[in-house]
This record gives sequence, C-alpha cells and structure tokens, in this order.
Amino acid sequence: MGKTITIYVDNKPYQVEDNQTIMQALDKIGYHIPRLCFHPKLSIEGACRVCIVEVEGQKNYVASCAYPVYDGMKIYTNSADLRRARRDIVELIVDNHPMDCHTCDRNGTCELQRLTYSMGIKNRHFVGERKRYEKDVSFVSVIRDPEKCILCGRCVRVCSEIQGVFNLTYAYRGFKTVVTTAFDMPMAESVCSACGQCVNVCPTAAFLEKNNTQELFEKLRDPNLVKVVQFAPSVRAAIGEAFGFPAGTPKEKETVAALRKLGFDYVFDTQLGADFTIMEEASELLYRLKNNGKLPMITSCSAAWMKFMEQFYPELIPNVSTCKSPMSMLGSLIKTYFAQKINVDPKKILSVAVMCCTAKKYEAARPELMLEGMRAVDIVITTRELAWMIKSAGIDFFNIEPEEFDDPLGISSGGGAIFGATGGVMESAIRTAYELYTGETLLNIEINSIRGMKGIKEGSVDFGDMRINVAVVHGLGNASKILELIKKHPEKYHFIEIMGCPGGCIGGGGQPYAGINSIPLDEDILMKRAEALYGIDRKKTIRRAHENPVVKRVYKEFLGEPLSEKAHKILHTHYQQKYPKGIIPKEMTLR
Amino acid sequence: MVKPIEILSQKKQEAIDRLYNKTHFSDKLIYVGMASCEIAAGSKEVMEIFKEYAKKGLITTYISQKGCVGMCSLEPTVDILEKGKMPVRYIKVTKDVAKKIVEEHIKKNQIVKENALFGTKQKSIVICKGTFCLNNKNQQVVDRLIKEIKNENLEDKVEVCFSSCLGFCEEGPIMIIYPDFIVYSKISQEDVVRIVKETLIDGKVIEDLLVKNNNLVKLVRVYGTFESLKKQKKIVLRNCGVIDPENIDEYLLMRGYEALAKVLTFMTPKQVIEEIKKSGLRGRGGAGFPTGLKWELTAQQQSDEKFVICNADEGDPGAFMDRSTIEGDPHSIIEGMIIGGYAIGSNKGIIYIRAEYPLAVERLKIAIEQARNEGFLGENILGSGFSFDIEIRLGAGAFVCGEETALIHSIEGHRGMPRPRPPYPSVSGLFDKPTLINNVETWANIPPIIILGGEWFSSMGTQKSKGTKVFALAGKINNTGLIEVPMGVTLREIVYEIGGGIPENKKFKAVQTGGPSGGCLAEIHLDTPVDYESLTSAGSIMGSGGMIVIDEHSCMVAVSKFFLEFTQNESCGKCTPCREGTKRMLEILTRIVNGEGKEGDIEKLERLGNMIKKASLCGLGQSAPNPVLSTIKNFREEYEEHIKEKKCRAHFCTNLLTYEINEKCVGCSACKKVCPVEAISGSAKQRHTINQKVCIKCGACWRVCKFEAISRL
Repeated sequence: MGKTITIYVDNKPYQVEDNQTIMQALDKIGYHIPRLCFHPKLSIEGACRVCIVEVEGQKNYVASCAYPVYDGMKIYTNSADLRRARRDIVELIVDNHPMDCHTCDRNGTCELQRLTYSMGIKNRHFVGERKRYEKDVSFVSVIRDPEKCILCGRCVRVCSEIQGVFNLTYAYRGFKTVVTTAFDMPMAESVCSACGQCVNVCPTAAFLEKNNTQELFEKLRDPNLVKVVQFAPSVRAAIGEAFGFPAGTPKEKETVAALRKLGFDYVFDTQLGADFTIMEEASELLYRLKNNGKLPMITSCSAAWMKFMEQFYPELIPNVSTCKSPMSMLGSLIKTYFAQKINVDPKKILSVAVMCCTAKKYEAARPELMLEGMRAVDIVITTRELAWMIKSAGIDFFNIEPEEFDDPLGISSGGGAIFGATGGVMESAIRTAYELYTGETLLNIEINSIRGMKGIKEGSVDFGDMRINVAVVHGLGNASKILELIKKHPEKYHFIEIMGCPGGCIGGGGQPYAGINSIPLDEDILMKRAEALYGIDRKKTIRRAHENPVVKRVYKEFLGEPLSEKAHKILHTHYQQKYPKGIIPKEMTLR
Repeated sequence: MVKPIEILSQKKQEAIDRLYNKTHFSDKLIYVGMASCEIAAGSKEVMEIFKEYAKKGLITTYISQKGCVGMCSLEPTVDILEKGKMPVRYIKVTKDVAKKIVEEHIKKNQIVKENALFGTKQKSIVICKGTFCLNNKNQQVVDRLIKEIKNENLEDKVEVCFSSCLGFCEEGPIMIIYPDFIVYSKISQEDVVRIVKETLIDGKVIEDLLVKNNNLVKLVRVYGTFESLKKQKKIVLRNCGVIDPENIDEYLLMRGYEALAKVLTFMTPKQVIEEIKKSGLRGRGGAGFPTGLKWELTAQQQSDEKFVICNADEGDPGAFMDRSTIEGDPHSIIEGMIIGGYAIGSNKGIIYIRAEYPLAVERLKIAIEQARNEGFLGENILGSGFSFDIEIRLGAGAFVCGEETALIHSIEGHRGMPRPRPPYPSVSGLFDKPTLINNVETWANIPPIIILGGEWFSSMGTQKSKGTKVFALAGKINNTGLIEVPMGVTLREIVYEIGGGIPENKKFKAVQTGGPSGGCLAEIHLDTPVDYESLTSAGSIMGSGGMIVIDEHSCMVAVSKFFLEFTQNESCGKCTPCREGTKRMLEILTRIVNGEGKEGDIEKLERLGNMIKKASLCGLGQSAPNPVLSTIKNFREEYEEHIKEKKCRAHFCTNLLTYEINEKCVGCSACKKVCPVEAISGSAKQRHTINQKVCIKCGACWRVCKFEAISRL
C-alpha cells in the first residue's frame, strides 16, 4: 500500500495513492484518458502520445501512462491546447492509415476507429504520403499487413514479453519504421509460433488470422461432400461476446444450431476429441511412470506450443507426449472410424474445425498429421471467423433454437470441456489417470490449485503409493521459464501442462476481439470464459473421460485399447526440430 | 603505505625520462597532425614522406603525431619543435611541402616560409595559456603586450603565440622570447612596457625578470597565434593538437592523471561531488543538466552495481567536437570517467562510440590499454583499493542513440529507442542499475576541475553557464574549425573575431547552433552571449556544439528543410509526433521550396511544430521542429515570399528560379556551349534565348556569362 497523496485534476483535489502513474490514478477516480499503445499487461511504451496530459511546472506534455503522480501534482486533462495536440496526434496516425474502414476486417472492432471518432477528427489538415507495403500472407495462421500498422508496439511487446518468442521487432527509422520479423522474413519462414496474440492485441488490422471463410462457404455448397464440423470447448465459452452477450455466457447448443444452418451435415464436439486425448495421454503418463520413461511428460495439445518447442526446445522432444491434439484426434476419427461407420469414402468428407486458435490452422497442415495422404482436418476457422459467417449468412444467433450434437461423435465428458481453460488438461488427465492407476474413482475431482490465471501453477496428487507432482503453465513466456527449470531439475515434476496462450485456449488468438470498454487479454474476461467451461463441466453427469460411453464404444469397436498399435497410428504423432530461416543450427556453426 | 599521488609522481618522472630518452637523439621533433580531418586532408601521405626519410637514414628526427588543432581550413598541419627555438607550424602541407620541410628546415634550418603559420618573424613571443594557469594575469599581460607592440609599430617583426602549460605555474605568467630564448617570469603589466622597449627594441636582456632556471623549459608546444586564440580558452582541448594522443607519457607530462591521484589520495567521493557541484559544470551534450547534481543523484542510489557511461555518439551533421577531443586527448576522458566512478561508487565504465569514428575508437583502445598497463585502470588503482575498468561499445551510428535511454538500450543489445523518463538513468539505467552518463566534453572537463578546484572553473563564464564550450565552426566562415571559448562570448565575437567573418565579404544571414535540434539565429541575435539560457531564449539551443554560419546565398526555408529531413530520417519511429509529424512538416517544407506552398502552410508548420515539441517522447522529437520554428520566427518573410510571390531571395530554390537572357547579350554563345540540356538557342552575335520548358535551372549559363547578360530572377 502506498502513501495517500493529494493531486489536483483540472483544479479539483483528489486523494490517491502514490507509487502509481497518472493514468492509473485517474482511472480510479473517474477519468479515462484516451490511450492507444498502453496495455496493462505489457511494459510501458509511451509511444503513441495519445494519453498526454498537462502537468504544471513541466514545459512539455507528459505521457500519463508513464509519469508517476506526486503530492500536490496539478494535472490538466482537457485544456484547449492539449485537446488540439491530442487530436492532431491521432490525425497524424490516421493520415498514415489506409482508412478503408468499410472493407476492413476490424471494422467496428478497431480501436483507432473509435479513437478517431472520440477525438472529433472531422477534417484532415496534414494528409500527405501514406506508407505502402505488401501484405504478408505467406503463413497459414497469421497474416501481417504493415500498411494498417500504427506502430503502437503492442504486438512486439506481447510477442516478446508475454510469449517470449521475440519474432516481431521494429525495423528501419523515421517514416519508414515498420514492425517486421527478423531479417524481414515472411511470417511463414519466421519463428512465429502462430499463437495469434499479436492479432488479439493489435488495435487495428495489422495482424489478422488467415481468413478461410470464403473457401469454407464455397465447400459448403459442394453437394458431393459430406460436411462434418467440430468445435473447441473455448469457442462456446466466447462466441457469445461477438454477438454482444456478456463474457462467460456459454453458447454451446446455439453454436451447434448455427453450424447446421450454415450447411454442415454433422456437428461433432472437439470435447470428445479431448476425452480421447485424456485416454491416450493418461495411459502414456502411466506407461512412462511404470517403465522408467522420459519424465516429466509434457502435454502436446497446444499447436503454438508445439511449434515453439520444435524451434526453441528441440532437446525436450522426448519429454513431449506423442498424443495428437483433441482437434486432430477427432479429425482423424472422423476420416477413419466415422467414414467407415457411414460408409463414405473419407476423401468425400469435408472435415472442418472451429477453433479459438490461429495456430490450429498451422497444425492442421502439418505433414506429420496426414492420414494416407489426407488431412485429418481440411479447414480450420477461428471463433471470430465463425461469428462473422453466422452474421454474414443472416443467421439470428440471438433467437436461435438450441440443438444437440450429432451421433456418434457428439457426446463428451466434463473433463473434455475444461480443456479450454489453463489447467484443464491436467485436471482431466488426473481424473482418469488416478483411476487407471489405482483402480479407484477420484472423488474430489475439482483441483483448485491448478485453476486460475497465475502464470505457473503447481500441485501434487497422491496416486495411492505414488505422489505425482504436476505443473501448469500458460503463455509461452512462462513455458520458457519452466522449461529452463526442468532442464536443470528434471526430477521436479512428473507431468506438465503447457498452453501457448495466456489463460489457455479461452485466451486463444482466434477469440472475439475485446469489446468497446474492455481490453484484449483482460483477465476478468478470461476468468469468465473459464468459469463458463467449469459450469459446463459441473452440469455434466459424465465428468471423467474414461466414463464416456462413446469413448468406450470407439475403443471397443475400432481402436482396441489406449496405446494400442491402431491407437498409435491414428491418435499419435511425432515431432522434429525446426530451423526457421535465418536461424543457423548450432551444429552448422561449429563446422 | 605509498600514496597514490606519490605513485603518480614516480610514474610521471619515468614518463619524462622515457620521453626525453626517445627524443634525446634528435634535435628536432616533427609532430604531424593525425586526426581524422587531417588524415582526410592528406596528412597520412605527409607522415609517410617523413617516415621514408627516417627509414632511409636521411634524418634522425623524432617523428610523432598530434590530434586536431582545430584549423580545418589549413590542414594538414605539421609542427617542428626544437629545444630552445621557436616552434614552427606548417599549414597546408602537401607531399611536396613535406619534402621541402625536410630538405630545408630539418636539414638546413631554413624555415619554409610560404607554408609556415608562425615561427617566421624576427621575434616570436610565446606566453603560456595552459589550462592549469591559475594566473589570470596572463590575459592582462597579453592585452598590454599587444597594445605596446602596436604602439611601437612592431607588428611586422614580432608575433605573439600561446603555448600549452609550460609546467611551472608558480612562476607565471611566463614569456619566452625567441630566437634569443629569453625566459621571463612573473611578468606584470608594467614589465611588459619594459620588455617591449628594452628587449624587443633594444635587444637587451632584463636580468631581474629572468626565470631562475630556464632549463625547466624543455619543449614548448604552441597552440597558435594570439590572433587565432585571443577569445579562446582551452580546457577541454588543452592537449588537443599538442600531444601525441597515442603516448600516455605525453599525457602524464601535461599533468595527466594528477586529478585522479589527487582524488584517490585526498578526497572522499562526497568531496569530489562537492567540487563538481561547486564548479557549476553543466552537461555538454546539449541539455545542460548540472553535472554535479547528476553525480550526486547517482551516488545516492543504493545498488550492488553501478555504471559510468561516456556518451560519444556524436551525430549532429557538421559537428566533430567529441571526435576531435577523443582523437587528440583520449586519456582526459578516461581519467574523467575513473573519477566519476570513484565519486558514485561504480567499478565499470562503458564508452559508447559510433563505429564511424574508427580512429577515435583505435586511440581509445590504445589509451585504455596504456592506462591499464600503468595501473590507472583495473584493480586497486594506484594502490588506493579502488578498482575501475572501461570497455568500449560500438554504435551503428543512429542519431537517436545519442539520447541517453536509447543509448542504454543499444548497449543492452536492443534496438536503440528511447523510453519515457522517469525513471532517469541515475536511478535505473543500464541493465536497470543506477548509471551515470555524461558526454565526452563533460568528462574531459573533470580533471582540470579537480586539479584547480570548482571555484576556478566557476570563475569563467556567465552566471548560470560556467567554464568553456567547444564549438565546431562550419559553413560560410573563413576560419572553419574547432574552437573553445569561455561561456558568455557573443556570437558576433565567434563569427567575426574567431571565425574571421564571412568569405568573399558576403553578408551574414544566420548562425545555426545545436545541429538538427537547434535553431537559426539572425543578425539581431549576434550579440547574444553564448550560454544555455540565452541561446534558448533566442530560439535556438546550445546543443553539443555545432555552429554553422549561413550567408546571404542560403535559403532559410531550404536550410530548415535540410535539418528536418535529417531528423525525420533519424527518428527512431517510436512516437507518433516525431515519426509522423516531422514527415508532414517535411512535406509542407518541400512544397514550399518547390513553389507549391499554400496559404496557411506557415500556420500548419507552427501548429505541428509546437505540438511535436511538447508531445514527443524524447529530446530528438522535442527539438526536431526547432530549425523550422526558429526560421519562421526570424525569417518569416522568406517563407512568405516563397509561398506568395514564389520567390527565393537567395536564388537557391531551383523551382523558383528563372534564367533569362537580357539585352546585354552579345551573342558569344558561351552559354549555349555549356548548357547541358541545349535549352539555349541563337545565332552568333545575336541575342540568345532560353527555352524555359527545357531549362533545368542548373545555372551553368549564368556562371559562364562574362557580360551579365543572364538575369537570375
């Protein structure tokens, strides 16, 4: 707790705590100074200069995001000169912006658009040359459009400070300054983990997911295809936000109904894929524990984490579970088990996944996941893209009649639902592994120590005679921390869950943009989305993956048992070290 | 225990012995100017000539080098020193001149008069004007001497020069009269009258003024003539151009590392800071923050590690103060930094210097190595228990890296971009540790302040700006070069007395100070004293010391465009006002000089400029509009002419120019022949015409016409 001091804002005295910035103090006393580059989760940049205020005794304006308050400080937030300076600053940004709002992907969700409006920029005084760049559409997950970039630097900071990827930086100087990758490499050849957090934090459309909606609309019209779709747990936890529902409003059956209206023949649940992942992963963990296998075992569900690991921690490949992700497991079962079941050539099946994630677009295209030359998932769209498709197709998501998932791949356990929140995979895996190991049912199934938004969480569970130490991390920056730790102390944990995005999948790079009065990566919103998934779990009668009748049936009819040869062929994969362009492998530099 | 000061005096004696041993075998010493600028003017080739002679055994002269003497227009320079004789400085030394110097001066003692700057008159008087002269009687003595010489009409026969410290200040003021080598000491104004009458005119030696032991005078190193130095005071440049910067012995000879030994022997860190505070020294990088206060703030921080940084990222176009100082006297910066480290409790110094200064880097490396070998750097310096070492970090030459937080980012391995302050580096700097960062010139001021005391320093300058300031004088001025003047000297004195006025007697228009961050001051400002506050209130800034003189043939709009183009290109791109705002200002200026200016453009420039000044993140942006705003303030009519009348009074903006052939044309066809685009037609002995559609306004015809038949409108 800081000391209480008095500051004067526009001549009115206020008691505030010291040791905070002007912006922090004003936020608490009913002011909301306009801002752009500022983000509470990221370091202070002080770059956009939109949040400037006047402070008596200072010859220049000060950036309220960076400047600390002191006792007796006199702050002016709205003088005529200051308002004009702020307005001119925003105009300068706008003058170097394409202003193609009508046709822009961020129309309506763009922070610059809102700011321009609130600054009252009716005329443009300084219009001149505008920067021109080619869009970088090389990557299957994230596209980069420097022309839309306003150089607030949030992407640079989220990529380095939160995600620890350091893929983005500024290059060149002056008017030519641009945010780009190392050596100006195309995104596809960069060390981008595909997590899409840059898309989340970008105030404009300088980063976007690679949009697959047009392709999907076309495929949906193809009468020769059996159109099958699955959607991730986190999609139902967040899609409502895109339609104005409060954060944390679950929209599971409404999404099923909307997908049918869009033209899908079968709507399946990625949560069932998650149940299979649990079966395999829990079995793999127990196998490693019993057979002196490589420990700690690390989860493999997060596509961004996989790419990150292959690039930066290839030495840990033996620690990573060989399980495919829930999406890829279910996709594989759709093209094998389900195709047999309905007696259709799997090549005639269009397998679509709706994900909270941009990295899943990359995952779906991984050659390691091909099934006899076929992709398990043909098209991945994000929550955002689905919301847009629903709106675009004229489907009334507000008044839509909820519908049930299709048979046979539509029933899931509560354990599959909580996959979307950080700690969920671990919790579900423990629910099943405990029973597989001890033969007894774990009664106290909600493990609170590994829930919540803390970056690195730890816990331990007694498996009868064995104590299992686990860790849960989310965000790739946190992942690096724990990986460095286990490189030194591999004995510290038995099992680690790593999710690429802050909050887990619910904070994925494909989730709806922050609304008017909220900010991206807002922890409150992430908590509400997580709560929606825990709510779904609590309502389920089946809360453990191994109790799911569909899981039992598929093993019985098709796969045999967990870790069987067939299960390995269909549900497991492998990894290899990746050398992004521009990064020379160590052994090559030695030569 | 042996005290640091004793160790130093031992080392100094060794250095003197070494030095005289080396030079013992030759009666003459050759010092070739070997700063970057001198090398560019050809001094390397000159050096080769001398070395070749030596290699062939034709001369046995001691050949050495010296740093910048500050006379850009006269380079390369070569000094010939000889015991008991007036030193001779040669200017504009080409290879041929160098050969001549050897053949005539070295071998036959005949001075090559046509290239000698001083040392050629019947009598030469050398008066010490060393930094360490506490004696403020020197100036009065000199003024009186000049007056007397004038009264007696001796100007053609006698020259007066200033030397660096002669090493026995207690006997000062000292005067040496050549060629007789008469050394007088403790001279008063009255003595001057006697000296002129008796010694200069009658050729008699005044016994009672003679120094007791003239053996003390060994090698006299001359800064320059009275004329060129009369308004100057050398503190920072005290050794520049007189000592061999690559030889620590020569630095020791000039009381080098004495300040360090003094600090380590007699002073607590607190006392050091007090002394710096007392001196009134302010940061010479441009902003003028009180140096002592900065030291104190850094010293107060509790931390396991602190850093000392020398900002040598000099980047203003046309400025070369720091480069010259490092190239001419690297040890003075190193010594300053060690003292700074001692004062704030740091053991680690970093010199951040741009890679474009290879010679300065090389000399720093040599100096650091020598200082380590002599025990001035490293563990347990001079047996004091205090340890300090310095490393060099090279910058890639971004202008913004002169900004302290950007510089720190660059050292840390990040892109050089500034961050908001506070926290200031004194609290959280390099690697988040308390960091003391000063620029080259500030550091070089430290040793003299310690030796002579803060009061001595604060006795020079104005009320708020103490000491001296180094300027790089450039542009349309006769004596371009490096000067050091006491604060408070007026711009007029600099331009006309030190700079020698405008070439070809053209009209003075403006003086630009502070580089791209500064402004242009007009004739009405010529009597402004040079100090931080006065220059700021006149609309410019002190800056780091660039000073560019502009004559009537320069267009002020184009000048401001030039500087803005520079800052726009060098903007780090981080903050909106600087990145976008300067671009828009540049666009407006570009259209004005292209004759496309619009009503309201000046107001737009002012609106943007004032916003950028007040809203930018760092000093680069906050000062970027200065050249534009100051020219609008002082030369608004030129902007208005460009916009309204589409006229450039300096005939500089080509788009606003028209060349026409008038009735004076005799049809000689000279213009027709030089026109590169064949825009001129006309038959012989007939009046020619220019096709305006084809003319590119290069001005070739105008320059070649002997009959004033081409009008430039």
